[in-house]
Amino acid sequence: MTRITSPHIKSQGPEVSRRSFLAGVGGLTFSIAFLGDGAPILNAAGKGDLGVTAWVRIGADNVVTIFNPSAEMGQGSMTALPLIVAEEMDADWTRVKIEQSPVDARVYGNPQFFGHQMLTVGSRTVQGYYTGLRKAGAQVRKALLTAAAGHWKVPVSELRTEPNVVIHVPTKRRLSYGEIAAFAKMPVNLPEVADGDLKNPCDFRLIGNKAIGRADIPAKVDGTAIYGMDVHVPGMVYAVMSRAPVHGSRPQSSNAAAIKAMAGVVDVVTLNHGVVVVADTMEGALAARKKLKVEWSQGARAAGFQSEKDLDGYRHMMEGAAAGDPVTTKGNVKNAMAAAVKTYQADFYSDHAYHAQMEPLNAVAHVNTTGDGAEVWAGTQSLDGARASAAKALGVGVDKITFHPCYLGGGFGRRSWSDYIEEAVLTSKAMRRPVKLVWTREDDVAYGAFRPMALQCLKAGVDKAGNIVAWEHCVIGDGRSLLTSGIRIPFYNVPNQNIELRGKSSGVRLKHWRAVGHGFNKFAIESMVDLIAADHKIDPVEFRRRLTRHSPRALKVIETAAAMAKWGTPRPAGRALGIAFAERSDSLSAGVAEVSVDRAKGRMRVHRFWASLDAGQVVQPGNAVAQMESGIVYGLSSMFSERITFENGRVQQSNFHDYEVMRMADAPEEIHVEIIRNNEPPAGIGETGVPIASGAVANAFFALTGKQIRHMPFTPDRVLAVLKA
Amino acid sequence: MTSFMLNGKQVSVKAAPETPLLWAIREHLKLTGTKYGCGAGLCGACTVHVDGKAALACQTEVSAVAGKRVVTIEGLSPNASHPLQKAWIAEQGQVMKAAELLAINPKPSRADIVRHMNGNICRCGTYTRIIAAIERAAREG
Repeated sequence: MTRITSPHIKSQGPEVSRRSFLAGVGGLTFSIAFLGDGAPILNAAGKGDLGVTAWVRIGADNVVTIFNPSAEMGQGSMTALPLIVAEEMDADWTRVKIEQSPVDARVYGNPQFFGHQMLTVGSRTVQGYYTGLRKAGAQVRKALLTAAAGHWKVPVSELRTEPNVVIHVPTKRRLSYGEIAAFAKMPVNLPEVADGDLKNPCDFRLIGNKAIGRADIPAKVDGTAIYGMDVHVPGMVYAVMSRAPVHGSRPQSSNAAAIKAMAGVVDVVTLNHGVVVVADTMEGALAARKKLKVEWSQGARAAGFQSEKDLDGYRHMMEGAAAGDPVTTKGNVKNAMAAAVKTYQADFYSDHAYHAQMEPLNAVAHVNTTGDGAEVWAGTQSLDGARASAAKALGVGVDKITFHPCYLGGGFGRRSWSDYIEEAVLTSKAMRRPVKLVWTREDDVAYGAFRPMALQCLKAGVDKAGNIVAWEHCVIGDGRSLLTSGIRIPFYNVPNQNIELRGKSSGVRLKHWRAVGHGFNKFAIESMVDLIAADHKIDPVEFRRRLTRHSPRALKVIETAAAMAKWGTPRPAGRALGIAFAERSDSLSAGVAEVSVDRAKGRMRVHRFWASLDAGQVVQPGNAVAQMESGIVYGLSSMFSERITFENGRVQQSNFHDYEVMRMADAPEEIHVEIIRNNEPPAGIGETGVPIASGAVANAFFALTGKQIRHMPFTPDRVLAVLKA
Repeated sequence: MTSFMLNGKQVSVKAAPETPLLWAIREHLKLTGTKYGCGAGLCGACTVHVDGKAALACQTEVSAVAGKRVVTIEGLSPNASHPLQKAWIAEQGQVMKAAELLAINPKPSRADIVRHMNGNICRCGTYTRIIAAIERAAREG
């Protein structure tokens, strides 16, 4: 590993971000906001209409402060975004300081999202901000050049920059950015930046530089990084909550009075979906909650939900005349299927999955004594959304909420929902004191919001040359778009397609999960592809070459992963390879898994995994590889053991003993990732490993045994049942 | 009231004796590098050292460390200079568990590492990197 020069970073503590702006430190401050079309505008900071907000501040001390608008949950965005600005302004990365931006979507929102939300989801962060931040950085550089030219009374054309320095080429005179900041006045109208003003990617010093590591790591290795749960506020009390065991049921009555009389208990607050116990210590709150008894209302819609039985029942929804909601309709599937020389049909099942982010949900809220404003500290993927949710919960305007983003101990999609933040605000509202509201791991599981279970019904028709000419894919389950992500096959050359959704409401809580529906959809799609390939005795890689022959980038990731794995060469005894292809958030990837199975115990093992990635221009290649590895392990984990089930609407699992996530002993011995370099626009990377993992493992099992498991996760009982069948 | 040495300093915690050491350190003493992950001894996020041995702070009553030496990530080394910290493992529990391994077995095999570390969950799935970091720390430490 390369030793990394990291920018100086303050711990992302609650006080850091806002106060340092308001105080100001002299020097130049640039404000940049994204216009509706995603293009940045930049003007001098100070008393303009953008108030105190800023992206870049250059101090007379030559320190360049760049503000990060995204959530940092270990995925690296807080480094990647400032790096883009630093690249185009030619900042010296060792002189860059990264600070969390204020929560103001008008200035800091991701232009890719409707309404410019400050939402760190869907691997959309680098992708969404990339062009705007490049232009912003270029504009800062142009302003610095203009100021230096004026100072020296020379034409701008005689100047160039090196990191943090403007150089007058003919005389070799130099001015650091800090020296310029000390004398320069911001022009009223900053220079326009055209596409031609941006660097040629071959001149990048920072973007694509493998030696640059994540800025958040130093504070994490010494324990000083402040996650939401690490916040302490003077006078703070502790809250834990008993939530509805069945989603939708309400507390009818409780022994709140008796609990409130316990030593150390400060208050008991009844909310719509549960009862909160507040005590002066964390252990006191937990002990009191054990004695809390709540009567819950009956008849919630979710109360009848039996996940295993209901999943089996989904198959009936394919029968009868009613059609599903179309996702993709292409050509004429009916005719093509009728004309096919052979058809294939298979159903694939998947269970609910839980995020299991290492840091259970939590938030600190302090509603003021008049009840019309609050300060909130939390780790959230939805920065402006969390602030708005807090305001709504309190019934005040957003401007009455001071929101302090903290590091997240994992998000995976769970933390773009602000339910835990609203709970903290409502509890503090009842008490007008600062409250740290903590979900125990058991709470986090029991009141989770899950990747929905699904049934995938696939049917394909093949012509006499062995080409897939008709493709039907219906996903059945609850969660609408949570189910259809990844269901399309835009890179496979199939002329007639009918892809649809059949919805069935279950009443339980569902949510985006890493890669959303891609994990189970690609499991089904890639299994179906291998089923057809095997029946035609065509090698799975060769079959995918044919399917992607009109998609050169897709073809290349497949070829690359196959070459990495030395596809086609003999494997150690008892092992086989499987391949899968997936697209996610505009990146393309193929994965190859080398798998063995213990036929007595039904336990599968992935020994090695190879993955290729085409994500366009990669800002941080080292971190991109780490993200791919992470996605692959997350995908493998969900493929082998992760399973949430419901009985009578109640979650049956409670902690890591019965919701098993992958541990070191089960992780692949080797993971290899190769990035295909090109200068296409950046694509999302953080989730792409998930779907290739599920598909590759399924196909490796098929290659090894000649049998397909069609229900994920591949728990030992399912593996054994298929092997015996 | 329980007194013990925390990262080389004498501390006292006014908490019931059965209070988990985790809450004593994090919430009473406000030293938050030690993380809560499961509260049930299943994930290793709260790993600290008690008299030099790795212990799960969520499973250790504060009264059990009376008079003992407790070390957390904040006190593992001066200026985060432990080879495992220099190897950029970002999860405190992993660092503390691995530090115990290197203290008792300075040249662990891969199998030694896996056996020792298997109780510590990394949800981001960085296991291959953690193994490589421990191996590197063993080589260079």
